[in-house]
Amino acid sequence: MSDLELSNRAVSGRTLPRPPRAGTVAAFAFVAFLVVATIAPGLLQTADPTAIAPRDAFEPPSTAHWFGTDESGRDVYSRVVEGTGTSLLIGVSATAIGLALGLLLGALAGLGGRVLDFVVGRVNEVLFAFPGILLALLVIVLWGPGPVTATIAVGLSTAPGYARIIRGELVTVRSSGFVEAARVLGHGRWRILARHILPNALAPIVVLATLGIGQAVVWASALSYLGLGAQPPAPEWGAMLAAGRTYITTAWWLTVFPGLMIVLTTITTTVLGRALAARDGARR
Amino acid sequence: MTAPVLEVRGLSVSFGAGRDVVRGVDLMVEAGTCVAIVGESGSGKSVTARALLGLAGAGASVRADRLVVAGADRRGASEREWRRTRGVGAGLVLQDALVSLDPLRSIGREIGDPLRIHRRMSHAAARTRAIELLELVGMPHPSLTVDRRSGELSGGMRQRALIASALALDPPLLIADEPTTALDVGVQARVLALLDEARARGTGVLLISHDLAVVSRIADTVVVLDDGAVVETGPTAEILGAPRHPVTRALIDAVPTDVPRGARLVVRDRQAAAPAEPESDPPRPPRSGPARPPAIEGVGLSKSFRAGGGTTHAVQEVSFRVDPGRTLGLVGESGSGKTTLARLALGLTAPDAGEVRLAGEPWTPLPERDRRTRRSRIAAVYQDAFGSFDPRWNVGRILRDALVAGQREVSNAAVTALLDQVHVPVDAASRHPLALSGGQRQRVAIARALAGSPDVLVCDEPVSALDATVQARVLDLFDELQRVHGLAMLFISHDLGVIRHMSDTVAVMRNGRVIEHGDAERVFTAPQHEVTAALIRDSPRIP
Repeated sequence: MSDLELSNRAVSGRTLPRPPRAGTVAAFAFVAFLVVATIAPGLLQTADPTAIAPRDAFEPPSTAHWFGTDESGRDVYSRVVEGTGTSLLIGVSATAIGLALGLLLGALAGLGGRVLDFVVGRVNEVLFAFPGILLALLVIVLWGPGPVTATIAVGLSTAPGYARIIRGELVTVRSSGFVEAARVLGHGRWRILARHILPNALAPIVVLATLGIGQAVVWASALSYLGLGAQPPAPEWGAMLAAGRTYITTAWWLTVFPGLMIVLTTITTTVLGRALAARDGARR
Repeated sequence: MTAPVLEVRGLSVSFGAGRDVVRGVDLMVEAGTCVAIVGESGSGKSVTARALLGLAGAGASVRADRLVVAGADRRGASEREWRRTRGVGAGLVLQDALVSLDPLRSIGREIGDPLRIHRRMSHAAARTRAIELLELVGMPHPSLTVDRRSGELSGGMRQRALIASALALDPPLLIADEPTTALDVGVQARVLALLDEARARGTGVLLISHDLAVVSRIADTVVVLDDGAVVETGPTAEILGAPRHPVTRALIDAVPTDVPRGARLVVRDRQAAAPAEPESDPPRPPRSGPARPPAIEGVGLSKSFRAGGGTTHAVQEVSFRVDPGRTLGLVGESGSGKTTLARLALGLTAPDAGEVRLAGEPWTPLPERDRRTRRSRIAAVYQDAFGSFDPRWNVGRILRDALVAGQREVSNAAVTALLDQVHVPVDAASRHPLALSGGQRQRVAIARALAGSPDVLVCDEPVSALDATVQARVLDLFDELQRVHGLAMLFISHDLGVIRHMSDTVAVMRNGRVIEHGDAERVFTAPQHEVTAALIRDSPRIP
């Protein structure tokens, strides 16, 4: 083959559209459901999530009440929909906090020179030594329970992981051939940072953050379940789990459905994160 | 005539529904002979080699009229039968010894594995035999090396370990797929000698390479492959002396060794351009005119690195000069300090002592801020063109970015002009480097280097990763661009043939020092240093 001919195999390998997998399609559908539930829960609800009807208490799932009713006769499905916003907000904000802090620490370590790298690295190792949930509990002890503290707590406890990965990516990209090529061309330090180092180092982080949202939702729910996050009667998933725990032997639907939402959210973000990672991997 | 250890008739291989990548290949290897398959990448050499061992891969459909390996027809053999053939009937030596050896196991265990599996030897017996085999392949200190892991060995030592493992069961057939590509000439010569020894002991050797000069040293018969089919076959001397097929001629012409400076390597172009060339070529500037300072000059450069416990003196008291329109060829084995010198010249690392001057003005003593505004005067081309491109950018964006850096006008016309200069089709601008061939990627890298209209071009192994024929075209391009732009080039290579073809003056490096320096013709015809003489002796050439 002449080196002047374009290699057709490589071209078609890139442009050939691959049909998305069924799992990815399902994940997108579920995300659409979550988005609508967050922005306009009324569109999806079949009843008022806070309307008390003691006569209808503990109804099992039926056509009238898809997920059954709770101890006060409230529609569990509508409450699950109502709680989506709170649960996701906590998950997304916690990830954002963790990512922002991780970015700061990672950038200091990866770009700030040898001394900073050493200091941040050791601080990070100390943070790693504590289990994440313990770190979160410490924050709550200091600032009291509540959804905001829970968010900050989860964010803080995920930061060291992000920091380490971001540092690694930055160090790899900084010493790559194309960064040296940009230096030789005469580009300035900041331009190289903005055009080459950050975009290439942070592309994989987007994937990680998607995976992280699911994780953060689980942690936030765990804190709410322990009574340290959102407080009942707020229809947050973790808080609903905690409230339904008392009736777990008689009314399984009080815990199963909120739990199912947590599980599905985590699976969905994981599937999407992997799909993103596969796309990113194919591009490299 | 002895019995053939390999006999193949009408071998065809296809993948999926695609067309055949190997089409009706006939091969015959007799005991104690060496047959070489040569061809460009994509000609089907490696697929052929793999099909002979049942390793063509999942989805491959292998058909043949006859496929006799080690005395039995292997057509339609099961994986189980192939496993009994590999190692015992035929050994395989691959190009990349680093990935072919398990990094977590000692090479003694890697070599001992076939002995334990096929001969049911004990661990201790296998280790003893491994040491013998390492001795056979000329490994230094075999009783110590046997316990080392592949990561602790040099490239040449790894390749020897790999050959030792292929020889472990003394198979009648040895298949070597590009066994010396990416090795220094000295190491290359030793590896070839090793294969030749195996041949002399009665092993049939099937050698696969893109480089005709390499295989011509030990091959009895040459088979030229193009687009999956055999285009020419015959005794080595006959093929080299009187090639009939154009592909064979291109392969022979691509060998730069002993081709005079300035002469084109690609036949077709030489014929086409021959009448016009003398007039159209601007004359090279007179050698070292007294008025003009050298385009780039290094004075007493030293650089060391602290690593582990000790200090590595990568470059020691090196001085050099390159005049406008001239090329300084820098040659030496890997680890001799060539790349460090290139980085010093480019102002990427600060020298511990000495300085680099550009057109008589200080360069390395400047602070980076001042150097940056002058960076368009010196450009670089690297071995790994692909790695030097931002993976998110297409060719057009890469070139536009270089135009911005060189403070040139940024327009589609400017990008087109750059691509024209390096003879890459203009529609490549909208493509990602992934969609280009290796030769085209290197051309784009050269176009980027030219974007700032530099006076000096630093080329660090720019053709080492390319096939012989592609390499020839890229070398021709460098020559052409140098004439047009009057570039001063610092050209680094471990390949003496390339250096001789490209350079006006030559510096030979070893252990961080320049051991010989002078006019290219003088260095090559009358080398003063024994290392230079050895390098020249070992560099592959067509006899």
